[in-house]
Amino acid sequence: MASIESTTRSAPLRLEATSLCKAFGGLQVTRDVSLALPAGARTALIGPNGAGKTTLVNLLGGVLRASAGNVRLDGEDVSEWNPAQRARSGIVRTFQINRVFKELSVHDNVRCAVLHRHGLARRVWLSRAQRAQVDAEVDEALGSLRIQGQARRITGQMALGEQRLVEIALALAMKPRVLLLDEPAAGVPESESGRILEAVERLPGDLAVLLIEHDMDLVFRFARDIVVMVQGAVFARGTPAEIAANEAVREIYFGRSGHAGGH
Amino acid sequence: MNTLASSLAPDAPPAPAARRWRVPLLPEAFIGLIGLCAYWLFTDDVGLLTNMVIMSMLALSLNLVLGQAGIASMGQAALYGAGAYAAGLVALHASPSPLLGLGSGVLAGALVAGLSGAVLLRAHGLTLVMLTIATAQLLLELVNWRRDLTGGDDGLSGFSIDPLFGVFEFDFMGHTGFFYALAVLLLVHAALRALVDSPFGLTTRAVRLDAGRVESLGGRVYAQLLTVYVVGGAVAGAAGALSAQTTKVASLSTLDFHLSAAVLIMVVLGGTRRLTGALLGTVAYMLIHHIASGLNPHHWLLVIGVVLVAVMLVLPGGLLDAWDRLVALARRDKEARHGEH
Repeated sequence: MASIESTTRSAPLRLEATSLCKAFGGLQVTRDVSLALPAGARTALIGPNGAGKTTLVNLLGGVLRASAGNVRLDGEDVSEWNPAQRARSGIVRTFQINRVFKELSVHDNVRCAVLHRHGLARRVWLSRAQRAQVDAEVDEALGSLRIQGQARRITGQMALGEQRLVEIALALAMKPRVLLLDEPAAGVPESESGRILEAVERLPGDLAVLLIEHDMDLVFRFARDIVVMVQGAVFARGTPAEIAANEAVREIYFGRSGHAGGH
Repeated sequence: MNTLASSLAPDAPPAPAARRWRVPLLPEAFIGLIGLCAYWLFTDDVGLLTNMVIMSMLALSLNLVLGQAGIASMGQAALYGAGAYAAGLVALHASPSPLLGLGSGVLAGALVAGLSGAVLLRAHGLTLVMLTIATAQLLLELVNWRRDLTGGDDGLSGFSIDPLFGVFEFDFMGHTGFFYALAVLLLVHAALRALVDSPFGLTTRAVRLDAGRVESLGGRVYAQLLTVYVVGGAVAGAAGALSAQTTKVASLSTLDFHLSAAVLIMVVLGGTRRLTGALLGTVAYMLIHHIASGLNPHHWLLVIGVVLVAVMLVLPGGLLDAWDRLVALARRDKEARHGEH
C-alpha cells in the first residue's frame, strides 16, 4: 500500500501513525494505514461512508487500540496511552456526533476544557488570577467561534448546529498540538460552517490538523494535503490539485456521488 | 437564538448567579434560622428534630454522590453505620470527647467509602447498585458477627459523651444534641456548597453527564468519582457519629438496607440537582412519616409511596422543581411589569 509520504515538508513530525490495522472480529476496518502529520499540517481525510475514517480518528485519539502498528506523538510511542493521556499530551479530537455537556451552560462547557488543560479541574479553590486566566481563555475560545453571546445558555437547549460550535469550542479551548476534527461541519447550517473554518484558520500555524469532512468545498478550502481512504485503506494521497486530477479517485469517490464540482 | 425566551422557559435552571458570593453564608443562615424556629415551635419534639438534622446530613452525602457525580448508590447506610460504630467504639474504649468521636466517624465513613469505592466504582449501572447494596450487607453481617466488639443486634451502648467544649452537657432531653447536630449540618452544608461551586464540582457534574467526554479532555474520571465517593463517605460518617452520640447507641439499624432506601427516597423526593433538594426531601419525608405513622402505624409507607408518585409525576426534578417554577414565575412577572414601562 501507499506508504510513501507525499508531505515532503521539512517541518518536524507531530503525529505519525505507522501501519495501523484494526479488526472487529473478522471485519478488517483499518488496513495498514500510515499517516504523518507534520507541525502545521492541514490534512483532510476523505472517503466514502464506511471507509474507516472515524475508526482511524478513534485509533489516533486512543478510544480504540490498534491491532497492529503504532502511533507516535513527537517521536514518542503513545500507542498504549488511553484517550485522557493522549489529550493531556496534546492530541485533541472532536466527535462526529455532539458530545457536549448538555445540562451545563456554554460557558461551563468550555470552562471544563480550560480547567482540564491547566490541570485545575480537581481544584476546590482557584486564586483570583487563576480564575481570571480561565475566564479569559473561555471567552477567547467562544469568541473565536463568535458564540460569546450564548455563553450563559444551557447547551442542551440550543439548536444542534449551535451545539456543534460548542463541541468545536471545547477542542479549541484545549489548545491542542494535534487536532482531529471529525466532520466538524456536520449538522451546521451552511451559513455558519464558515465560522468553523475561520476558527481553524486562526489556529496557531504549527498546530497539526486532520479534518474529516464530506463537504468538498470545505475540504478544498482548508486542506494542503488530502488523504483518500477506501475500504479501510489509503487509496490515494496528494495535494488538492493532485487529488482533484486523479482519475481513479474521481471514479471511485467523486464520480459516483457527483461531489466533484462542489456544492 | 432567542436568549430571552429560553431563559424564561419553565425548565430553565436559574441563571448562574455571579452575585452568589456577595452574601457568602446566606443559605446556611437561612437553614439555621429555620432550625431555630423549628426548635422554638416544637421543643417537645426535639428528638425528632435532631433526627431530621442528622438524616439531612446523610441525605446531603447521597445528594453529592448521586446528584452531582451520578453514582447510583443504595448502600449509603454502610458509610453512615461505619461512622456510628466508630464514634461509639471511640467513646467506649478511647475517649468520651464528642469532637474526637465525630472525627473518627468522619474517618471511618471516608475509609469505608475509599475501600469499597476503589472496587465498586469500576462498575456501572445496575452492577454498581448491586455492589453498593452488597457492601452495606457485608458490613452489617460483619458487625453482627463480632458481637464481642459491637454488641451485635443489641447495639453498641453504655458509653458516655463529655460535655461539648467542656461546657454544654448532653442532657437527657437532647437540647444540646440538637444544636450540636445543627451546627455540624451548617458547617457541612457550607463546605459541600463550596465544593459543588468549585472547579471540582464542575468536573464532577461533567463526569455524570458524559464521562467519556471528560476523558477526551484529559480528565481522570475514576479518580474523580472515588474522591467524590470518599467525601460523601466522610459526610455520611459524620452523620452516623452524630446519631450515635446523640442517642448514646449505635445499632444494626444504622447499617440496614431500609435506611439506604429511605435516604434514596428523600434525595429523589427533594431533587438531586442541587444540595438544597436533600434538605427539602428529608424534611418532607420525615414530616410525612411522623404524621402518617401517628395516624396509622402500619400503613405510613403507603402515604410516602403516594406522595412520591404524585411528586414525580408533577415535578420530575423533585420538590426543587416547585421552587424553581415559583422563581421563574416571579421573574416572568417582574419582566412583564418592566415591559409595561
